[in-house]
Amino acid sequence: MADIPSDAPQHCPGTASEQAGKTSACQGCPNQNLCSSGATKAPDPAIEEIAEKMLTVKHKILVLSGKGGVGKSTFSAHLAHALASDATKEVALLDVDICGPSIPRIMGLEGEQVAGLSLCLSPRYVEDNLAVMSIGFLLSSPDDAVIWRGPKKNGMIKQFLRDVDWGELDYLIVDTPPGTSDEHLSIVQYLSSARIDGAVIITTPQEVSLQDVRKEIRFCQKVQLPIIGVVENMSGFVCPKCKNTSQIFPPTTGGAERMCEEMNLTLLGRVPLDPRIGKSCDEGKSFLTEVPDSPAAAAYHSIVQSIQAYCLSHVPREESAG
Amino acid sequence: MGRNRHLNQKKGGNLAQVQHVVLILSGKGGVGKSTLTTELALALRHSGKKVGILDVDLCGPSIPRMLSVGKPEVHQCDLGWVPVYTDAQKSLALMSIGFLLEDPDEAVVWRGPKKTALIGQFVSDVAWGELDVLLVDTPPGTSDEHLAVLENLKKQHKVDGAILITTPQAVSTGDVRREITFCKKTGLRILGIVENMSGFVCPHCSVSTPICMDTHTPSVLVANRSPVSFRLASCALFRWTQSSV
Repeated sequence: MADIPSDAPQHCPGTASEQAGKTSACQGCPNQNLCSSGATKAPDPAIEEIAEKMLTVKHKILVLSGKGGVGKSTFSAHLAHALASDATKEVALLDVDICGPSIPRIMGLEGEQVAGLSLCLSPRYVEDNLAVMSIGFLLSSPDDAVIWRGPKKNGMIKQFLRDVDWGELDYLIVDTPPGTSDEHLSIVQYLSSARIDGAVIITTPQEVSLQDVRKEIRFCQKVQLPIIGVVENMSGFVCPKCKNTSQIFPPTTGGAERMCEEMNLTLLGRVPLDPRIGKSCDEGKSFLTEVPDSPAAAAYHSIVQSIQAYCLSHVPREESAG
Repeated sequence: MGRNRHLNQKKGGNLAQVQHVVLILSGKGGVGKSTLTTELALALRHSGKKVGILDVDLCGPSIPRMLSVGKPEVHQCDLGWVPVYTDAQKSLALMSIGFLLEDPDEAVVWRGPKKTALIGQFVSDVAWGELDVLLVDTPPGTSDEHLAVLENLKKQHKVDGAILITTPQAVSTGDVRREITFCKKTGLRILGIVENMSGFVCPHCSVSTPICMDTHTPSVLVANRSPVSFRLASCALFRWTQSSV
């Protein structure tokens, strides 16, 4: 990966980092003078290469949350399934959670290795029109830990965008890990010359989630990433015995609805907690197919329709005129 | 602070009077690491221990809110940063990036090297004083924060080990198995595994329903021969606390 030279020391910050050439780890590195001169911080040529590759991808959607465990991967997977239920659409799901890749299991692809040369990675297909890529496919065992620092993760994300043979796509969905760090900066940076339609932000109702999600929203504003809207997940639990609804994660500060009002964002919908969702994910099946009559499935479909409408209504002038 | 740190390290460092250091880990987000760290700290304090919490989740620091400490100022002394105490008796000491942000909604958008540098400071430059236990709350994953905190702790102090948190479903245990691999590769002893969110007790009819239909935690235990497992729904946590520390 170009960001870390082969002769770099162990804690190399990366040649494109602001700290390149300046950290204590840089002492004695043969590249130190070059890095500290700023020459290595020229725009990464991969950005234009990726923009070229993305010309055949009509819509790009990031799924984000500052908080872990709110259902990003679950939502990403079911957004992909829902969009691909239209056989005329080509859909792909890219998992950039390098340390905790959940997508292979959720999509029923755990244990499948990616075929192809390292320069031309081919994704795995769940359906003829639904492709998936994750670092999970590159591990020899699902128990392998990816203990990588930031620069190495960034290099992997660059490869996923530049070297995977995506083909022509209607939708590319990118599932991300929690936080506002290397993976998020990299995906926005590498797609900076290829238009991203926007981000879908996932939260749960409680303030401990919302406080992290507000940071994620600030991140989107900082990097000028449009926000399609917010999904409030695990919003209510219906007891299978007495059918009463309880809040496992009480919205003590008004939940996603108040946060959206305060931050002038669209609340795309609320998805209730249905234990069958987790079971479907564990079994690698689509919840939308397994339990189509669940209120959660109806909520998903409504949210997906809103996302599709947003993507179709926000096509740039030059594309819509063609 | 540089000269004081040099003197401090000669005397044994800011962790010299800390008896035990325990990391709270999970490969998975949202399983209850911060919640468990908070509850464990409160339980230990209740049993008469002096406790510290170091929150190294720089992007999503939850500890300040969970302990309702608001936004206190962090002061400095000769030995470094003074931790934030939750009470006048100083029985529970905290340090988190949450205390250092001007605006609580401000995003910490840092790449790995910058996070590594701050975590190094958190480990060596907080004047913890005398503690029975220092709990280290971590973000999900196996990356910069985890490597940084382990490397810096090992320089100063023997790390007792880690508690791993999971929830019952396979998507969680899959990440936790990777975290177990991380622990083995870095020589970090696993003190035990906690299965959180094992069930939900309906407040209307008192029936406990599993939030996840099946539990995959036993496969994690069998595969890795972990010595302890507790399901929080059965409140076994307190028994572990009193016997081990």
